[in-house]
Amino acid sequence: MNQSVIEISKLNKIYEGGFRALDDVNLNINQGEIFALLGPNGAGKTTLISIICGINRFEHGEIKVGGFDIKKDYRKARSQIGLVPQELTRDAFETVWNTVSFSRGLFGKKRDDAKIEKILKDLSLWEKKDNKLMTLSGGMKRRVMIAKALSHEPQILFLDEPTAGVDVELRKSMWNQVRQLRESGVTIILTTHYIEEAEEMADRIGIINQGKIIHTDRKSELMSRLGQKELTITLENTLETLPSFLAPYKDLLKIEGENLVYKFDSNNSDHSIENILKLIHQNNLGYVDLNTKQSSLEEIFVNLVSAS
Amino acid sequence: MNLRGVLSIYIFEMSRMKRTLGQSVASPVISTALYFVVFGSAIGSKINSIDGISYGSFIVPGLIMMSVLTQSISNSSFAIFFPRFTGSIYEILSAPISHLEVVLGYVGAATSKALIIGLIILATANCFVDVQIQYPFLMILFLFLTSLSFCLFGFIIGIWADNFEKLQIIPLLIITPLAFLGGTFYSINMLPPVWRTISLFNPVVYLISAFRYSFYGKSDVNIGISLGMIGLILLICVIIIYFIFRTGYKLKP
Repeated sequence: MNQSVIEISKLNKIYEGGFRALDDVNLNINQGEIFALLGPNGAGKTTLISIICGINRFEHGEIKVGGFDIKKDYRKARSQIGLVPQELTRDAFETVWNTVSFSRGLFGKKRDDAKIEKILKDLSLWEKKDNKLMTLSGGMKRRVMIAKALSHEPQILFLDEPTAGVDVELRKSMWNQVRQLRESGVTIILTTHYIEEAEEMADRIGIINQGKIIHTDRKSELMSRLGQKELTITLENTLETLPSFLAPYKDLLKIEGENLVYKFDSNNSDHSIENILKLIHQNNLGYVDLNTKQSSLEEIFVNLVSAS
Repeated sequence: MNLRGVLSIYIFEMSRMKRTLGQSVASPVISTALYFVVFGSAIGSKINSIDGISYGSFIVPGLIMMSVLTQSISNSSFAIFFPRFTGSIYEILSAPISHLEVVLGYVGAATSKALIIGLIILATANCFVDVQIQYPFLMILFLFLTSLSFCLFGFIIGIWADNFEKLQIIPLLIITPLAFLGGTFYSINMLPPVWRTISLFNPVVYLISAFRYSFYGKSDVNIGISLGMIGLILLICVIIIYFIFRTGYKLKP
């Protein structure tokens, strides 16, 4: 059984004015995993992260980080966390070296120039160490934020929209860095608008909407359990209506020009490709091509959010 | 206690002073030196001594105090306002550091800066007029307590302010007039009885009076009352800051 590093139970957050940002959230994050938290704008992703990190207050519920209550044992809880916020916040006049060193000291860690040097080199920032932050590009600034979060060697890293506004090349390079961090034992919690990012990297996925966690599952489970498969059969001759021998499948079949599109649940044995192809073959319905496709995480996400 | 965290904030803030040496040190020193030239040497030579002290020497404690008050407020208010303004406050709020330690780091650095500026102005004054310090320990104590109190006050302003205008409004519209009317350039005993009584409602009167006492052994107000007033300002600021952190006012939504 996986050990939880973050345990959230019955967490509620109501902002002044009565807006309920989090509604009875229960969530466990396992040690060493990459957990992607997905949700539309205003779903409560950043509020949840901010509360765990100590930036926002909360009145009801309990949160433990590494077994430590974030209110009673806030020092022990926070010392395990590194945060890369969504906004590119920075002290524009500071150098890269100074701002990263400051972050390490703030977390009570002894000065360690070799450690800071390694972090900056790993993030391709070493050449820029004496540059002021205001002179860096957007992508470089984003890396500095990551370097600051890693400076105190956290066991848990929160990445709130880490690749927002970052070009494709840099985004892929960041994904590699995140994977390397996970291999070194760091637990990573990621929020993103890029579903592709979650699909590419996450071990487990949580979907949040209107302050509620509506689904959590391993990515592979989620995709096989909630995902649909699609078989496109390109026929020799275009059909006007569905042949009677296909009537048992009428709810799953659609005629699209010369194609017969069959959407089915791969977990349902009655819906197997074999059965429908056998029927087509027995009834001499000619076809020239077959193509199968599995629904993407994005489609699953959209379905879950719209159903909630 | 996270001493390294406190030290990191302290060093970070002090390095800002080094980076902006002209604005942090040269500016208050030059403006105070101009006061000495105009009021101390030029006009001061035409004014009779006050309580047996030459006018040029008389205004030294008041001018130091005026600079220390304004510098204390501006340094500490800017120190906490700037990370709020840029958003980098997230790092302070998410660090394993207590509220007291955050205040120690920011207010400690701002107090150090104010003390350094006060001592530089004292050295500058010595170049223009004859300055004697009868009670050096008391002088350092008053300078420290005043800097600390007004740095805490500045910290409150830095959290309260939503924009740069609000950041400036209290130092410009309240503190500077109070400092001018608090006996920097005159003894309140020289005022008509009504105005003297009104002046006693100005807290800066007590600060300048006590500070001047440490120089020349003469004061407008009893030294014990002055010390009590500084203590009261300090206490009020500490209580307000305690409630700011307890409620998360303008820091934690």
